[in-house]
Amino acid sequence: MKIMVAIKRVIDYAVKIRVKPDKSGVETNNVKMSMNPFCEIALEEALRIKESGLASEVIAVSMGPTQVVDTIRTGLAMGADRAIHVDYPGTLYPLSVAKILKALVEIEKPGLIFLGKQAIDDDCNQTGQMIAGLLKWPQGTFASKVVLDKEKQTAVVDREVDGGLETLCLDLPAVITADLRLNQPRYATLPNIMKAKSKVIKKLTPEDLKVEIKSDIEVVKVTEPPKRKAGVLVSSVDELIDKLKNEARVV
Amino acid sequence: MEKWRAADRLLKFSSSCKSKQGKYFYSVATTVHRNPLFSSISPDDISYFKTILGERGVVQDALALDAANTDWMGKYRGSSKLLLQPKNTEEVSQILKYCNSRCLAVVPQGGNTGLVGGSVPVFDEVIINVGLMRNILSFDKVIVSGVLVCEAGCILENLISFLDDEGFIMPLDLGAKGSCQIGGNVSTNAGGLRLLRYGSLHGSVLGLEAVLANGTVLDMLGTLRKDNTGYDLKHLFIGSEGSLGIVTKVSILTPPKLSSVNIAFLACEDYTSCQKLLLEAKKKLGGILSAFEFLDSDAMSLVLKHLDGVRNPLPPSIHNFYILIETTGSNETFDKENLEAFLLHSVESGLVANGVLAQDINQASSFWHIREGLPEALMKAGAVYKYDLSLPLEKMYDLVEEMRVQIGPAAKVVAYGHLGDGNLHLNISAPAYDDNILAKIEPFVYEWTSKNRGSISAEHGLGLMKAAKIHYSKSPETVRLMIDFDYCVFELLPDTSCLDDNHSIICLCLSA
Repeated sequence: MKIMVAIKRVIDYAVKIRVKPDKSGVETNNVKMSMNPFCEIALEEALRIKESGLASEVIAVSMGPTQVVDTIRTGLAMGADRAIHVDYPGTLYPLSVAKILKALVEIEKPGLIFLGKQAIDDDCNQTGQMIAGLLKWPQGTFASKVVLDKEKQTAVVDREVDGGLETLCLDLPAVITADLRLNQPRYATLPNIMKAKSKVIKKLTPEDLKVEIKSDIEVVKVTEPPKRKAGVLVSSVDELIDKLKNEARVV
Repeated sequence: MEKWRAADRLLKFSSSCKSKQGKYFYSVATTVHRNPLFSSISPDDISYFKTILGERGVVQDALALDAANTDWMGKYRGSSKLLLQPKNTEEVSQILKYCNSRCLAVVPQGGNTGLVGGSVPVFDEVIINVGLMRNILSFDKVIVSGVLVCEAGCILENLISFLDDEGFIMPLDLGAKGSCQIGGNVSTNAGGLRLLRYGSLHGSVLGLEAVLANGTVLDMLGTLRKDNTGYDLKHLFIGSEGSLGIVTKVSILTPPKLSSVNIAFLACEDYTSCQKLLLEAKKKLGGILSAFEFLDSDAMSLVLKHLDGVRNPLPPSIHNFYILIETTGSNETFDKENLEAFLLHSVESGLVANGVLAQDINQASSFWHIREGLPEALMKAGAVYKYDLSLPLEKMYDLVEEMRVQIGPAAKVVAYGHLGDGNLHLNISAPAYDDNILAKIEPFVYEWTSKNRGSISAEHGLGLMKAAKIHYSKSPETVRLMIDFDYCVFELLPDTSCLDDNHSIICLCLSA
């Protein structure tokens, strides 16, 4: 069984984000970019499944301009067997990503698609669900534990939900999106970085896949959140009650 | 000179092994006695200080005093009854002038993160803590690229954050950055993790303002890159550990923040490989190399055991040596390729057994956490005897191995340090402080260092711990000149009627 993992190149999670002066977006010039942390966790899980003998191959997929290849190389250095780069110069929103993934699935025919639960730049949390819908496959999102059964061709997924944990049993092929507690991703070791250099990255375009990129979303404005106001020290209980009543209006 | 000779005799030294301060650790060779020339604090003194500093600046609260009297390691404890917190240079000047006239001993204090007992009182000296003097006065990034002028109480990490927004960094970085203050860093000539790349504070400090024992404010706060007009006295203050005066303002050259930072965490099988790797790194990565740290297997085991949130980057085994290499440059792709090529070549030539390369900032931080967290892990493991030594590169690990033989099973010998600077942090970790263990360490470690013409204190300074040991690294003539110079500074100041406690470091040196 092949596992396909979708990974996204985003601004590094530890970077202090700055909004561009024209409010059209976030400053990405000279800013450190890395693999989306949830994608890293998804890839790690796929690698572990392969190492346990339940999958034959892990294919890393990423979409975007040429620089995306850096992130693909990280995926290969972690241990993915090969990769696909869908070259597209602009921004791709979740529906477009899902459509491209669907086209790739029809070519590669994996038994499992792994994604991060959301990207830390747009926080959409949509792609996994959309691809499952397009393919009419079962989905296990916010996975904190995945156990495959080769015999029964199922995946038992523990999902992190508001009330606690929900356990689902999915028939394969299925879509799983990774949550934080699923695993701790491995570091890229030097021998693996060396091996990655000879691994194949296949380049395709949306045209090759006969997918039309049509954006139904337009980013109108990006602003910083309002600055937190400093707290106020009150000198007596009366003053506190007065403020709660007349300023905060919660009493 | 007479005052000095008299003081000499009054400061008695005995070679008793028993520490004068009970259970707190103390060097075996010396016991210091309080100089009776110094006065004790009186209520009049308190009132006077309150008129200068206000109520808030005069601290007599037991809890606050306890913290200020004790060093970070909990090893040295003074018995001061008064902590003063001036808000500006003028207040520092007035305090010192008064203390001088009353013959009150003082100890300057910053972040109190020092590791040699130099930041806390020995007896009941008045603690002058500059922590409230934490204004950033100016930052010039146009005329002279990156000159920061700030007060001595600014916490290093805060300066780093401030500069980060401006696109610059501080030229030094150390594990204590969350608490240490720039005045203290300068007064102790702090080294740290980036000395390899940005040099020592002697190079990056452009000027400073200091207050002398009689209250004279010495304004040497230049922001010029070059100024060859007479003796450059600021260099004497840098590293003087407060013995010449209290640093109140610092002017420092800050390097631009470069965007491309890469970190590799490597495993080597033997120390020779570590050395060769350093030489290769300097050659092949020269321009972009920004840190080269090492730790041995005992250090790694200790960190994995005692520090939260760390994991072995190269599981499952513990290798003999680990090297952390950091590069900082301006071209991400080029630097990464350069580093990867260097590392792969090192693996192929057998210098490196295995290694990992950080793929994002989070991974990079986790590698640094292993190295920077060692002092904390050692504290959690129990009692620790710390030695900070500069040694010739090829001999460095011989000392560690010989020490292991010396100590035997009684304690663990843990080694790590700034290999790139030839600086070893030798730590002996024991379940509890034990004079028997100490007897096996000292004077062996100092004699070994001296025999190999190393320094018994690479960057930590002398403080109380090593003042009497200065002769292991400096000739008697040099020490004599230090003392004569120190005396001259004070003798030539008007109204210096009394010795400052900072002299205790020099006096201890004198007696040794």
